[in-house]
Formats: sequence, structure tokens, C-alpha cells
Amino acid sequence: MLRSMEQAFTSPDDVTATLARTGYLADDALATVTFLATRLSRPILLEGEPGTGKTSLAESLAEALGQKLIRLQCYEGIEATQALYDWDFPRQILHLRAVEAIAGQEHRDPTQLEAELFDERFLLARPVLQAVREAPCVLLIDEIDRADDEFEAFLLEVLSTWQVTIPEVGTITAERPPLVVLTSNRTRELHDALKRRCLYHWIDHPSLTRELQIVRTRLPEISETLAAQVVGLVQRLRGEGELIKPPGVAETLDWSRALEALGASSLDPEIAAATLGAAVKYREDGERVRAMLDRFLAS
Amino acid sequence: MTNVPPAPPDEWLLGFARALRAAGLPITADRERTFLAAVAQVGLGERRDVYWAGRATLTCSPADLERYDQVFTAWFTAGPIGQTRTVPPVHRPPAFQASLEDDATTGEGGTEGDDEVVRARASAQELLRQRDVAALDRIERAQLARMFERLHPVCPVRPARRHVTARSGRVDGPATLREQLRRAGEPGPVRHHRRALRTRRIVLLIDVSGSMSAYADSLLRLAHRFVQTAPRTQVFTMGTRLTHVTRALRERDPDRALVAAGAVVPDWSGGTRLGDVIGAFLDRWGRRGMARGSVVVLFSDGWERSGPEVLGEQMRRLRALAHRVVWVNPHRGKVGYEPIQQGIVAALPHIDDFVAGHSFATFEELIEVVSHA
Repeated sequence: MLRSMEQAFTSPDDVTATLARTGYLADDALATVTFLATRLSRPILLEGEPGTGKTSLAESLAEALGQKLIRLQCYEGIEATQALYDWDFPRQILHLRAVEAIAGQEHRDPTQLEAELFDERFLLARPVLQAVREAPCVLLIDEIDRADDEFEAFLLEVLSTWQVTIPEVGTITAERPPLVVLTSNRTRELHDALKRRCLYHWIDHPSLTRELQIVRTRLPEISETLAAQVVGLVQRLRGEGELIKPPGVAETLDWSRALEALGASSLDPEIAAATLGAAVKYREDGERVRAMLDRFLAS
Repeated sequence: MTNVPPAPPDEWLLGFARALRAAGLPITADRERTFLAAVAQVGLGERRDVYWAGRATLTCSPADLERYDQVFTAWFTAGPIGQTRTVPPVHRPPAFQASLEDDATTGEGGTEGDDEVVRARASAQELLRQRDVAALDRIERAQLARMFERLHPVCPVRPARRHVTARSGRVDGPATLREQLRRAGEPGPVRHHRRALRTRRIVLLIDVSGSMSAYADSLLRLAHRFVQTAPRTQVFTMGTRLTHVTRALRERDPDRALVAAGAVVPDWSGGTRLGDVIGAFLDRWGRRGMARGSVVVLFSDGWERSGPEVLGEQMRRLRALAHRVVWVNPHRGKVGYEPIQQGIVAALPHIDDFVAGHSFATFEELIEVVSHA
């Protein structure tokens, strides 16, 4: 499917419908933002609590558009060589040695040899260069808040020009800019210049009905009572549990899967306590939730 | 970029963007342009679409969303948009928190020209810095509140166990060798490294009991600056019980943050049981790691109900965990002050720095002390 990115969707409702086919339920806000991102060729910057479906939006978009998903996971100390390109030095050396070994008698032109060394096959394309070359595609830049400020500045440059210059090869320009999704967990405030380039969206935890819908869509095999109970409980934990880390949708799905694997058809305090580790990841939170389970499940 | 709809809606939409800027959102010209282009794409037919298009292009952090919602509702008239769950309920501030707007409209300076006000303010600022915040009237208090924005507390740091790669510094043997191996034995660049730096956590414990109530507003504003510029800061209020207010103070706007903090704290201007409350802090948070190796700052006058022995014992425990314990006493800087309250006497042996905290100037000094702790 090679529709150009601008024409990928006809309206926000079309986004919702297309994404729903891949099992991702987007609300109006997210659908509008995604629609605008394709129309205006702007990156989407998604912020929100962990486990609210930031990364899976990119995955679903790629699947829905039938395009390749290229992922760049950011981490502390990430550099341009990990995002853009690098030369495969060991292979270049190997190539030189090989030439040395067979050359013996014939004299070769050094310039030609050098040109050979900086050939495509020794170029290691990292995610951003890959995205520039293979566009249209979906480029996911995950957890940008983990990278340093300098890396952000570098990304800003690539995101605004969509070209990469390699001194030995030349400038590579994307024919059509790829659809870019940036995610951040807000461990650090991003630079305003980067935010200005992007369409901003804050993903909240979904409402009860929507979360229930998500569970039913993603896990059609689990019983309706169980899904309703798990979602209801998770929603209450978020609201009144005062947890260090409230469970996200990802945790709700994990927990439902765990319960399903144990063959539970409804939630009782014992089985909930036994599988709690799927939803709650801190010891203090676990203790608190166990203490509340009876009350929550009784009402 | 894309063609935008003709003039009237354009002006109307730009007016909305300007209103947002007036409300304090960082709206720049390019954001306005993106907003127009975005609305041109979704069309003006549905109010909902305009709402989301604007929200995606004109906001850039969760702190902006509430104000965006308010301005949107006001600009595009009747009825709130459905399902905007981001608007938290608006709480009334506690009575002593005079807000800026109140003073601007009801203050006695209402008839003066703007220029005069500005000039008077500039010359008054230096005086204000030195004044005891408890003795300020409402207008001076509002002026002082604005001065807090100039404070930029810095986290204290310590050398970490690990090294990090650096452009210069000591030669990193293993990394240089690894680099060489990667190049099939060909010599590569020499790698360097240096000791990494770790920031220390700052913990602020603020006494909000009756005897400290005149300072509570300023101290919370100071705490707000700490939370905003040194993200690892944790803030608690102490009264008859201990309240964690860090989350409320994360809100960027100081007035809003104070209102939020006011809503969480149940025991404004009550009594103090300093010893017990510090004990509670140590049991619930401190010993689990929050106080370990951090710089703990206590704001209190040392009036104590639970008995000096308890306080002395808890301070000893705190001192044993923390890297540095700073006690800020608003009365310390006053003429003729002697540390004679039983609480202070019991705590003094376990304090590293005993500093004043009654005026803006002393707050600046405190920031120095903390950043070099």
C-alpha cells in the first residue's frame, strides 16, 4: 500500500476506524492529532503515564498503514552514530587485508581502493537514516526524555530537514517525510524548540468504559465478568489507591492474561492476591492493595 | 504551508491564540501558524475538532491543559466540551494565601499610573528582600511572590562510584583497548573518562503550625521553586501530622501550586508535634531511602508539644541517615534571638547548619547553603 502519507486518512473518524482494525482504540483527541500529523507532516509527541499506549500507537499505525515500523529506543548517552549511521570499521579493515593478500603483483589505484572502502555495503544504517531512505514508514522514537539535551538538538535538525549528509557518500533526502511518533515519560522536561516542531498530546488513563472496550478487543477470550471486575478494580486503584505507580492499561491487560492463564472466570481475593504482581510492581503498593482487596471486591 | 480559511475565522482563531498567550501559555508565531493550518485541515464545523486541533498545536505540557480548557470555554462560548477529564476541581485557597489578582484589583494603588507603580516596585524590591515576610502587608506580599521566580535552587552533587566517558580527563584503558580490538588491532582514538556526578536529593520539611503560619506562604513558594528547578526535591508539611505535598508543587504556576498544596494539607495553623512527625517521616519515607545521603532542610521555630526528648532522639536518627541537616528558623536572624526553646535546644547537637529564614535575602542564602552541602 503506497498511498502518500498526507492522503493516508480522510478524517479523524477514518483514523479511529483504521486503528480499530488493528485492535487499537483511539479516542477523538488521539485520532484528531494523528490525522493532523499526517496532513501537516508533523511529528506526534506523546506524553503520559507509563502503560497508557504511547508505543503501541506507533505499532498500530504501522500495521494499519501497512508500512514498516522503524524504532529508535533512546537511552542515556545515546549518540548520533547510534541514531544515524556508522561505518563498519572491522569489515573495512578486513576488506583492506583481503586486497593486500591477493594484490601481490597488480598495482591498484589508491583512490579507487578508498572509494571501495566507503561503499554502501560498509555503511551501517541506523534507525533515522533507515527511515529517511525507506520512507514512507513509521518512525518511533521511544522515550526521548531519556536521551541527553544534545541528542534532542540533533534530532530536531533531522526532523525539520529530513536529510542526512554523509561526507563520503553525499546527502540523502527523504522523498516523503516518514510519520514520526515521539514518546516521553516526562522524566525530564523536553526542550521547547523540539516541542514546537511537534503536535503535542497527553495520553491519560482511559475511562472505565473505554478500558473495558480495550480489554474486550485485545483479549476476546476472557470472560465478560472477569474483564469488568479487573477493569473496575484497576480504575479504583488509580483513583483512590494512592499507589507509587498506578497500573496502566498494559498492566490491566497483563493481569487479565495472567488470570485467564490460571483459568479464572471471576475475580476472588485469593486469586487476585496471587496474581497481583502482574499489575502492581512495588512491594509497598502490593501490601497496600492486598490490604484493600477484600473491601474492593466486596463492594 | 496549507491555505487557511478567509479572514474572519482567521482573526477569530488568532484572537483565541492571543488569549491563550495572555493566560500565560508559551504561544509563539509559528505555533499560531500551525494552529491555523491544523484547523484548516479539520474544518470549523465541529467545535470538538477545533478543540483538539488547538490542544495539539498550542499546548506543550500537562500543566497547560487546564488553562487551555478554561480559555477555550470562555472564547468559544457556552457549555464545556464533553470528556475533558484533565480539569481538576478548583479548590479555594486557604484564607492567608492572598492571590495576585486580588491585590491588583482591590489594592489601594489602583488609581496610580502604571509607570509609577513599576518604578516604585523596582526601588522597593531591594528593601523587600531584607524585610521579615511575616511583617508584610498584602500588596508587599504579592510583590514578593513575584520575586520568587528569580530563585534558582541547584541540586548539591556528589561524585558517583562509576565513571562516565568524557572528551578529556583520565585515560580509560579498557575502553581504548576495546576500541582498538573493534578495529581489528588498528590503533584507534584514545578514550577518556571521569568520575560521574550524582545529584543529592533535597528533602524539605516545612512546619505549618500556628506559630509558623505567617511564614507558611513564603516557605511553600520557596519549596515550589526547589521542586521546579531541582526535580529530585521532596517536600513535606509538618503540623499535627505529616503531609507529602511534592506532587501538588509540581504544578508550574506558583499560585496554582499553592492552592493545590493547600487542598492536600489537613492541618494548617494547628499545633506541632515535631518529634513525632519527624519520627513518622523517618519511618514511612526517610529510612526507606528518601533521607539517606540527602540534604534535609527543616523549617521550624522549634515550638514543640511532644517533649524535647522525643525531638532530640528523632533528630539524632535523622542526622545519622542524612548527608546534611539544615535547620531554618525564622527567628534566628532577629536581634536578640537566643536558641532557648526546648525543641531547638534538644535538636541543636544534631544540626549541621542553623540558618535564618525570615526574609527573601535569607532564602537566597539558604539556597547557597543547600547547593554547597
